[in-house]
Parts: sequence; C-alpha cells; structure tokens
Amino acid sequence: MNRLQRMLLLFAAVSARGQEQERLAALEQAVEAAQSSADNAWMLTSTALVLLMTGPGLALFYGGLVRRKNVLSTMMHSFILMAVASVLWAVIGYSLAFGGDGWFLGDFRYAFLGSVGLERQGSIPHLTFIAFQLMFAIITPALISGAFAERMRFSAMLLFTALWSLIVYYPLAHMVWGPGGLLNAFAEGPIPCFDFAGGTVVHISSGVSALVCALYLGKRLGYPSETMRPHNLALSVTGACLLWVGWFGFNAGSALASSALAASAFVATHFGAAAATLGWMLAEWLKNGKPSALGAITGAVAGLVAITPASGFVRPMPALLIGFVAGVVCFYMVAVAKQKLGYDDSLDAFGVHGVGGTVGAILTGVFATRAVADPSGGRAFGWIDGNPMQLVYQLVGSLVAWVIAALGTVVILKICDLTVGVRVDPEHEIQGLDLSMHGEEAYSHES
Amino acid sequence: MKKIEAVIQPFKLEEVKEALIAIGIDGMTVLEVRGHGRQKGHKEVYRGQEYVVDLLPKIKLEIVVPESRLDEVTETLIRAARTGKIGDGKIFVSDIGEAIRIRNGDRGETAL
Repeated sequence: MNRLQRMLLLFAAVSARGQEQERLAALEQAVEAAQSSADNAWMLTSTALVLLMTGPGLALFYGGLVRRKNVLSTMMHSFILMAVASVLWAVIGYSLAFGGDGWFLGDFRYAFLGSVGLERQGSIPHLTFIAFQLMFAIITPALISGAFAERMRFSAMLLFTALWSLIVYYPLAHMVWGPGGLLNAFAEGPIPCFDFAGGTVVHISSGVSALVCALYLGKRLGYPSETMRPHNLALSVTGACLLWVGWFGFNAGSALASSALAASAFVATHFGAAAATLGWMLAEWLKNGKPSALGAITGAVAGLVAITPASGFVRPMPALLIGFVAGVVCFYMVAVAKQKLGYDDSLDAFGVHGVGGTVGAILTGVFATRAVADPSGGRAFGWIDGNPMQLVYQLVGSLVAWVIAALGTVVILKICDLTVGVRVDPEHEIQGLDLSMHGEEAYSHES
Repeated sequence: MKKIEAVIQPFKLEEVKEALIAIGIDGMTVLEVRGHGRQKGHKEVYRGQEYVVDLLPKIKLEIVVPESRLDEVTETLIRAARTGKIGDGKIFVSDIGEAIRIRNGDRGETAL
C-alpha cells in the first residue's frame, strides 16, 4: 500500500465512525422524545384529573352537605378558586413556590411565566409541570372552605384565599417540594420530610387553617340546636366518587412520569381509600348502630388524604393499614371529639384533612420503603427500612406545617376582618348566602 | 255538602285515589304536607350530629262531597288507606257553605 491508499482508508474509517456516532445521537434523541411524549401524556391527564377534584368533585361533595339556601355559595367557593388561584399562580405563585433555592421561599425568576417555555423539567415540558402544580394550588384553599361554609362574606373569602396562597401555600410548597427547600427530602433539605403528593403541603395546611377559621368565625347561627342536615347527600356521594377518581391524578401524577412509581402510587391510593371506607363504616356501625352513606364517603376521603404523603413510598399492605387507621381516627375526631369540643367546623375540613393528613404524614415515616422506588438498594427510607429517624423528620415536618398554617391563618383573618369583615350579617346568614351574597337561588319553586 | 280532609301515608295515595275514582268521586285536591300525630318522629345521625326529625312527610287529600255520600266516601278512604300500623293518619269532616264552578257559575252540589 502506498501512502495515498493508506490515507484514503483512514479517511473512510473516520467518516464511518462519524456517521455511526451521528446515528447513535439521533437514536438517543428519538428515545428521549418518545419517553417525554409518554410522560407528558400521563402528566397532562393527571393535571386534568386534579382539576376534576375541585370542580365538580369538591364542589358537589361540599355542596350537598350544606343547607339548600347555601348550596350555590358553597360550590362557588370551589369554583371561583379555579379562576383566582390560577391567575395568582401565573403572575407570581409558581415562581414563589418553585423558583430559586431558598429554604423557605422561591424567588421572582419565573414571575409572569416570562422565561418559561417548552424546555423540559425532568422528562416533561416545563409548562406541563407548572399546570400540574397549579391544580394543587387550586384545591388546597378550596378545602378550607368547608370550615367557613354558610357564614363567610364572599369578598372576605376572596381576599382570604388570595392572601393564604401567598403567605401559607407558596412557602410550604417551596419548603417541601421546591429546589433547596427546608423539608425537601430529595433536594438535600436539612429536615428531609417525605411528602409524596401533599400530606403536609395540601392537607395539614388546609385542615389546620380550617380549624383556625372555624374557631375565629364562631358557630353558625343556631348550631347545634337547630337542624342543619345536609340538603342533598346524593350530590355528596357523586362528589366523593369524583374525588376518588381525581385522586389518581393527584397521587400517581406526583411521580411526574408515566413510570412504575406512578403505578405503585396509583395502587396505594386506591387501597388506602378502600380500607378507610371500611374503617369509618365499621366504627360508625359499632357506635351509632347504622352504617351511613355519608360515613362511607367521608371515610373514603379521609383515606385518600392519609395515603397522599405515603402513596409513592409504601407497598400495598401498609397502604391498607394507613387507610384503615385514618378511617377510624377521623371518624372519632369528627363524630365524637368535635361534639365534645364544641367548635363548628361546618363540613369537617379539619377532622378529615387536618387529622387525616397528620396521621398519613406520621405513618409515612413508619412504612416508607425504598423497595417501591428503587428495589436495588440506596438509602433506607422509613422505619421498616431500618431508619427510625425518619419518624422524627415526619413529626418535625408536620409541626412546621401546623405552625405556619395556624399563624398565617390568624394573621390573614385579622387582615380580612379589619378590611372587608369576615362574617356575614345575621340577617344575611338567616336568609342564606345564595340570595344575600350572590342574588340567586339554586332551586326555584316556580320553574 | 261536606269537606273531607284526610291525612294519609304518602305511599297509600295511588290506592286511595283509585278507590275513590272507582266509586265515582271525580274531584280531589292533593297536598304534600309534613306533620305528626301520636307517631312522633325518628332520629337521624350525620357525622355524629343527632337530629330528631318529628315532622314526617304526609299526603293531605281534600274532597268535597254531597252529604248523602259522606259515609260511603269515608269508608272507602279508610279501607284503602289503612295498614293497621301507627302513622296511618286521620280524617276530618267539616261543613261547606257553598261551592261554585268558576267556568259557568254553577252553584251547590251541581258544582262538585
């Protein structure tokens, strides 16, 4: 071979390798795009499912529980948050919750969503992530409305939920899920608290705030001597069923991918709800002699609440156990302890979400196992993995959520009271909020 | 003319109506009402909150008949509405001074 031949051969070999590398890169890109498409499909579905929980799910669940003169105002509490919380989220909320890497709060880098586009966050488009997280920011303040239903001025409700989002929700969401957050177990937070889908951020925060609202506002006129029976439990059953279905998006969607972890969370969620339904029903049957439909659906919601922080960390049997415990404990809180303590949490937002959320957060520390996410090994998760310290982190995380929610809510209620006035006038309360606040009625006698 | 007011169990309405039509009673007014006699109410429990529901749903029938048919109608009513249990209801009878058919001004028993 002369020199020229050798050079030609070398050139051919180099260019062949170059082509191969190009092909490989193209293949990798195609695989990534395919995975992103699959994940994005599930995440957009989950996003819609979580919105379904607020309207119609929660709107029906709560709407059926109030008296007929307050059904529209109660449903409006949920519905209007689909608008208010969304606008706030786009303008500033997302940035404060998920921008920056402070311990307590994000920053303004994503304000007005200016710098946000189709680039990926994990394997999904950033905008999908923003929309998914937004749905949580909608339902959380809506849950609180169960405590002040039938007696809060509409203008005060708007001001309260807007301020509550800013002062309680965005900081808590950042602390637990945001980059660098104080309680974020997966971003080197100093207090690594496990909260897969919102036991602290959503349920403890809304439930404890609900209790503060109920205490601050006082009892509804006539409670408990006058009859305040739910006006249409069929609406509530329908709403509870929609909540159950929507919760698959809430929990399994929190895997942020169409992954095996999502499947695990899906299954845990379902078993938690099922066991809690039976737990509440049995407790009620033993105590009151009759198993009510209202009891069964309330038990299901309590179980869904309790399994929320645990859903991505526990195997099916602990999920059953967590659900069952939550069903029994929440029944006791709502049907026994509340009557003795005498506060009027109209629709039991505290008894179900505050108590169920705390039970779930603590039991997550007991039953969380790496076997769910990473069977090959890695660090120990909860007590059953040999990490009893996790229980302490869970307690501290819950306590932080309790304190922020309680203090924040007291301050916000004071602000609302000094500006627009929190509670409606007695004559308006007797007339019903549908007519006095909104100038309409849900059920007309003439048509 | 006599007015018969019968408070009966709601689920007995169809039977009573058919029995009255069968003996040729053409007109009646039916009201959905709530109330209780000696039966009293029942207890309902919602998430541990107990309520005594003492006003129960009932049906009130109003029929105006010629005096001559009073016994026949009340007996038919009793037969159709009776279950033999507490809560079957009551019948009240009172005098009617005048009856007028709005369409043509007929008065008295011909207006019934």
